Amino acid sequence: MQLRSRHLLGLEGITAEEITLILDTAESFREIIERPIKKVPTLRGMTVLNLFYEPSTRTRISFELAEKRLSADTVNFTPSTSSVKKGETLRDTVRNIEAMKIDMIVVRHSSIGVPYFLTQCIESNVINAGDGAHEHPTQALLDLFTIRRKYKYIKDLRVVLVGDIKHSRVVRSNIWGLKAMGASVAVCGPSTLLPFEIDKFGIDVYTDLDKALDGADVVNIMRIQLERQQAGLFPSQREYTNLFGITTERLALLNKNYTIMHPGPINRGVEIANDVADGDSSVILEQVTNGQAVRMAVLYLLSGKKEEAAE
Amino acid sequence: MAKEKIETVLDEKGIARAITRISHEILEKNDGAETLVLIGILNRGADIAKRIAEKIKGIEGLDILVGLMDINLYRDDVHSKLDQPVIQRTEILFDVVDRNIILVDDVLFTGRTIRAALDQIIDFGRPRSIQLAVLIDRGHRELPIRPDYVGKNIPTSKDDRVLVRLQEKDGFEKVMVVKSGMKLPPSQIQGIKKVTKKGGKE
Repeated sequence: MQLRSRHLLGLEGITAEEITLILDTAESFREIIERPIKKVPTLRGMTVLNLFYEPSTRTRISFELAEKRLSADTVNFTPSTSSVKKGETLRDTVRNIEAMKIDMIVVRHSSIGVPYFLTQCIESNVINAGDGAHEHPTQALLDLFTIRRKYKYIKDLRVVLVGDIKHSRVVRSNIWGLKAMGASVAVCGPSTLLPFEIDKFGIDVYTDLDKALDGADVVNIMRIQLERQQAGLFPSQREYTNLFGITTERLALLNKNYTIMHPGPINRGVEIANDVADGDSSVILEQVTNGQAVRMAVLYLLSGKKEEAAE
Repeated sequence: MAKEKIETVLDEKGIARAITRISHEILEKNDGAETLVLIGILNRGADIAKRIAEKIKGIEGLDILVGLMDINLYRDDVHSKLDQPVIQRTEILFDVVDRNIILVDDVLFTGRTIRAALDQIIDFGRPRSIQLAVLIDRGHRELPIRPDYVGKNIPTSKDDRVLVRLQEKDGFEKVMVVKSGMKLPPSQIQGIKKVTKKGGKE
């Protein structure tokens, strides 16, 4: 069993077998990060470029640690201190860096399709670490991994994604991944933050949080970006919290043994109440730890796919 | 013709006797079982390790800790194989520091698997000693590694394949040598696919 592609651009079109391979491999790597020496020599001699055009704490550090724990060499690229300031194009920038012999590129960019564009102009394996509102596949994979670790299965679980659905790449990747694994998926948010034709995904869509939470197993809460309020997409933060904030009272609607997830960074007291974020059913920090194992698995599985016949 | 080229070198009783003898030798050399732990290399080394632990329990009445180890992440050819090995879970749920470790595998061939296993164990801590027990030693070492306990030495040519089949994974017990250039009859290849896919202990 192998992944079909030598890149990870998104979870759209991925099969349950491929996701299972990644999650099973991640399970092995999860053990390594608990060891006294959290390092294996597997990717020794490989060089990975972390190309982050957007700010990131978790994802960038998580990828960098995953690379280091596999003994790869890492290079971090920050646009603000680079020749991007002098007007160098993205294509020229990556081709120049690749000329220094890079094997894999982890890319985050505000524009949709940048990871795909990179696969067209360079030889390295490309991993999407978030492109615009399109996909963030490793985040969805770590969400799936966290769910599977707790329940031992994913199929038929009811998972509700709450918040800013429209601008969230995490939501899109989660929908593809959850549906591939046979979960029952719903989204919930103010109608201004639900994208047009979201129901075409074949999922349930709610604007009433209480209805969405009724009988759910997992609630994955998306961050509400405060600049959206300035854009007039919801009237006030207080109203958003009243209508869509996850509070202790609302948890009663969920199934027993429910799980609270959040990809971070969290706005305490806005989309999630303090005691929910820190409660016993919150796996928010567990998600962060699991993220490393999942990223190690993705790096490992793609690293074996160097020479692919020309497409 | 085909019959002459597949040779059964150990049957069910032979395997059982070899494991019993290895268990006694381990106890003799280590003066008992107090500081011993076993680490089996996945897949079949792990099954043999569990059997040795049972035997030692039968002899000394002591429960020996058994760890399982996947060595694929430490291979020196992980990127040159056509099929990337599937990584299985390593489970060493005890402290290796100051223990006498018995590393267990089914077939000792080039020694490269054992090199990978030694590196991995050292990453868990500093054991007092590491000893090596194998069911079959078939020769052709490429590294300076020798076993401390051997079930059976089998002279082979380098292209022969040694197949260990155990109840746990394969449903029957047998060690076979397949001479080079042989195609296996279907009745014999049960379980073989798994082994070749993993990149080969053969």
